[in-house]
Amino acid sequence: MEIIVTQVELPVDENLSVKKMRLIPKGVTNIEGLKRISIVTGIHGDELEGQYVCYQLSSIIQENIDQLQGIVDIYPALNPFGIDSISRGIPAFDLDMNRIFPGRIDGDMNEYIAAKIIEDVQGSDLCIDIHASNIFLTEVPQIRINQLHKDMLLGYANNANVDFIWVHGASTVLESTFAHSLNVLNTPTIVVEMGVGMRITKRYGDQLLDGIFNLMNLLSIYDDKKIRNIRKPIISDGNDDVLFLNAPVSGIFIKEKEHGSYVWKDEVIGNIVNPLSGQVLAIIQAPGNGWLFTTREYPVVSEGSLMGRILKEAVYQEVR
Amino acid sequence: MEKKILFEMTGLYRDDFRIVGYQFGTNEKSACIVGSTRGNENQQLYVCAKLIERLKSLEKQGLIKKGILVVPSVNTYSLNTKKRFWGIDNTDINRMFPGYDQGETTQRIAAGLFDNIKDYQYGMQLASFYMPGNFLPHVRVMNIADKPNQELLNLAADFGMPYVIAHQPRPYDTATLNYNWQVWDTLSFSIYTTTTDEVDHKSAMKAIDAILSFLSKQGIISYKGHEGYISKQISSQDIVTIRSKKAGFYHSFVKVGDRVYKNQVLAEVIDAFEGHVIGRVVSSDEGTILFARNESKMYANTAVFKIAPDL
Repeated sequence: MEIIVTQVELPVDENLSVKKMRLIPKGVTNIEGLKRISIVTGIHGDELEGQYVCYQLSSIIQENIDQLQGIVDIYPALNPFGIDSISRGIPAFDLDMNRIFPGRIDGDMNEYIAAKIIEDVQGSDLCIDIHASNIFLTEVPQIRINQLHKDMLLGYANNANVDFIWVHGASTVLESTFAHSLNVLNTPTIVVEMGVGMRITKRYGDQLLDGIFNLMNLLSIYDDKKIRNIRKPIISDGNDDVLFLNAPVSGIFIKEKEHGSYVWKDEVIGNIVNPLSGQVLAIIQAPGNGWLFTTREYPVVSEGSLMGRILKEAVYQEVR
Repeated sequence: MEKKILFEMTGLYRDDFRIVGYQFGTNEKSACIVGSTRGNENQQLYVCAKLIERLKSLEKQGLIKKGILVVPSVNTYSLNTKKRFWGIDNTDINRMFPGYDQGETTQRIAAGLFDNIKDYQYGMQLASFYMPGNFLPHVRVMNIADKPNQELLNLAADFGMPYVIAHQPRPYDTATLNYNWQVWDTLSFSIYTTTTDEVDHKSAMKAIDAILSFLSKQGIISYKGHEGYISKQISSQDIVTIRSKKAGFYHSFVKVGDRVYKNQVLAEVIDAFEGHVIGRVVSSDEGTILFARNESKMYANTAVFKIAPDL
């Protein structure tokens, strides 16, 4: 059933509603004691990879409702304004929604909405917050975990069928994110990053769907008796595991290597060119051997723009 | 006066990006004033421009005793394209401090500036608020520890602005210039004038008087200007927010600086299709209007006024 999680009145003949689809086992009227998973996406309006996952999840479960044993809450659009207007943030307020959690019930409209969302999701046995990097970068399917919550989350992340788990250091700024706010409230929340902004990559969506069904089976929320070949992810847990490629000059980046490639030291990742002069301004080479798990998708770069991330060979080989 | 380039980055199709500083007096790192970090901070740029004009005059008269650096803008690119944040990735330079010189573009810009200004004794940032509206000019001091820095609050009174506000930072405030200046032992202040996008000459001149008055009291310049107000110290947690319960057109009856009373009707909300009054915004406290939203349409649950209550 469709449920309005929170709603506020807009100035001109419209209400802003955050909706969820709640799926419960057939014939069940009392849901008390049932386990619950929440699938959340659309905090950033330009990240659409989660739309496909939500659609498929809702559709598959409804077709196989007899296999559902717990509650599945699907929130496809936490920032409906952003999705409607191709804006990463909340457009009328020029605000990054993932910097206002846990929100405040007595706060401004957006803080109020954030607080109502947290109130609704809190208490889930697991929450998965699906992101799509941004319009600039393509990512292999991965889960990002704050060091502070590693013990609570690593078990879930290992079973989510992603290629990579990145345990990153604590940062004060990240304390205002949706995932951090819920993890502090003891609602385990993992953040998935995959694909690229403004696009849907079906194969990544299907990969994550397998992971979500696997987790739902493990949590006794869904039982489809399927044996899944779940990937063993590479885990990076050290501050120095990743090499960052930043543009040394402004220009147009023409990439040579796809994300997910293994690269060797000095191998050319791409070139930064000047279309006006016809010159190559910089040759971007791998600073070391490793796995290129992030690449630049959007060609225009300023000095400093991120163009890729390489997981160092030692960490990669340890798992492979 | 020496005009110098503090940071530079080559553009592809645009002129090179530059952060320019104006050095007055000696090379001693006594006071640094930073203007716009965002592309809509026209008032903050204007204050710096008029301040530079005044400092040039004071320098000619031999009245500048120590070193003053004024940085009118940290984000000329966005000012010229009328975008609030950085053009390509929409990131906010004032959420990137202390910066990282090997990081992403706005981290490099923040680092390029901060490397030049981190050792100053006093730091002043012409700041703006994320909500559109007008402010009663005031000085804001950020508490980087658990409790307010009383010494800094007392020093802020030297600006002679009506209010000194002790602000308890939220997580995202920890990447601002003001916060990081304090971490690096600079005595730092955020100065709010009335407007952001629009230039308000009168409040700009008041801000300049306040800055010159402060610099004079610290022995950095010799200046006999307007002494200003005996500042009232309040905490940001004491500020009362008045919200509109209804959405629609908004008709205000009061402006910043007005005294208001409990139960006073401050504004009406008008139906956007049919024109009748659908709600009233009523004051919950007695005090002075510190902030008033200046948009014609109003969302529900939105802060319309902020009142400094009589404590």
